Amino acid sequence: MEPRILKDTIALPYQWALGPVNTRFFQEFKERRIFGTRCPKCGRVLVPARAFCARCFVPLDEWVQVRDEGTIKTWTYVAYSYVGQPMQPPYVSALIQLDGADTAIPHLVAGFDLSNLEEVRARIRVGTRVRAVWREDTEGTILDIRYFEPV
Amino acid sequence: MPGKVAVVSWAQTEYREAHDATIREMVFRVAREALDRAGLTREELGTVITASSDYWQGISCSNEYYLDAAGGYLKSGAKAEEDGALAFMYAFMRVASGHFDTALVVAVTKGSEIPPLATLTHLYSEPFFQRPMGIDDVNAAAMQARLYMERYGATPEQFARVVVKNLGNARRNPLAFRKATLTVEEVLRSPVVADPLREPDVAPGADGACAVLLAGEETAKRLTDRPVWVRGVGWSVSSYYLGDRDLLDGSLPDAARRAYRMAGITDPRAEIRVAELCEAYSFQELLWCEQLGFCGPGEGARLLEEGVTAPDGDLPVNPSGGVLAGNPYCARGLVRIAEAAAQVAGRAGEHQVEGVRTALAHSYHGLAGQLHSVVILGR
Repeated sequence: MEPRILKDTIALPYQWALGPVNTRFFQEFKERRIFGTRCPKCGRVLVPARAFCARCFVPLDEWVQVRDEGTIKTWTYVAYSYVGQPMQPPYVSALIQLDGADTAIPHLVAGFDLSNLEEVRARIRVGTRVRAVWREDTEGTILDIRYFEPV
Repeated sequence: MPGKVAVVSWAQTEYREAHDATIREMVFRVAREALDRAGLTREELGTVITASSDYWQGISCSNEYYLDAAGGYLKSGAKAEEDGALAFMYAFMRVASGHFDTALVVAVTKGSEIPPLATLTHLYSEPFFQRPMGIDDVNAAAMQARLYMERYGATPEQFARVVVKNLGNARRNPLAFRKATLTVEEVLRSPVVADPLREPDVAPGADGACAVLLAGEETAKRLTDRPVWVRGVGWSVSSYYLGDRDLLDGSLPDAARRAYRMAGITDPRAEIRVAELCEAYSFQELLWCEQLGFCGPGEGARLLEEGVTAPDGDLPVNPSGGVLAGNPYCARGLVRIAEAAAQVAGRAGEHQVEGVRTALAHSYHGLAGQLHSVVILGR
């Protein structure tokens, strides 16, 4: 017998509460300001801002503004496709440590020709300085930064 | 002090791009085979612990769909999410505590029926920061690989050597999905998936199921002439956010420390004869070897290049071909345990390593290895 396959698609709506800390973070973000929260115990500035330090296990309430410039901690050149990816491949995904922060955030690095991997490798590396390129019409989401570009 | 627990039998399907059978049929096949090998009836079996995932099955309460097919009809069954090694831990504790005399562990994934691994693991990312940036299992691993190259001077050639070794090993494993005689140059000429990783550096999704039967000391001795004792277990979880972690120094050293302490292992390189590691990406085998204490930081490639981890080396790693030879996602951790048990029992067939008294099985789960688990098995 020929094996048979049944096909179907599952599409379901979800909605997630941002919580008070993310709400405040994105309110500032909309104004092109980036905030972290400092842990009174370990002293680290955690970005994005959050309600508690999971390592020291204490609540956080000291908000600290960090810069929209930083350093590439690591990166990859994404050349494969999947549902929900932020742009058409190829593109550069990176962990970026903003000046004043002790943690890194994931974001895109762009603003130059991404079609050739060798040229991308020549352009960016671990340690490359980058700066945020903000959208004109910010909405209060992480996508208000379109990408980071090499300084 | 908990009672002694042994692996008494195990069963695996072949790992393939696609099995025609349903999940229930695959689960029944390995569960029945594991029980038959031990001569235990379904009625005598104490409890059933499984690993699967709703996302990875497209059927919610994924375990309820097949628990009776795993022998769990009118039994106290439970599920560990996604990693078969965690289901093993759960079953081990149920037997060690004395509450159950036998426990069957079953894990299953049909990669052929679900969206690609990148699409599914993208959903691991929370929706506010990581998901909009497209963070998934593959690009998280690629960023980990880049950091590994940067910090220790590791090279894509060294990653390719892991592929060549493991796919070569898989030729001696009749159950393996991907097996090949490759050269380093061929791997380096393959298309880039997520730089610095190329196609052969990424484990291919597969269909497969695995079952492992555990028993308390007296029952184990009755069910098999070669009980494989669970000497140590340990697991540990790191921070959630990728940007909070040092991707090269996560929870594996802690998981290993726990397992080694329980097993009384002080010099893993000398005391462990063979290891089955979860290297879903080639370079991870080198990194995990370091974090398991087989060598110092940044020395994983040297271990490989000196032949220590080759099938005829002092400490063969992934003689089965490992996860690079096939990634039946939720089952891959339990497969490592079944393979390690087969090595200790001297029943690994063509890929048997000589003189195995102690074996290590490792698994991980989550982006770039957020959660690691280590199991030490011995005679």
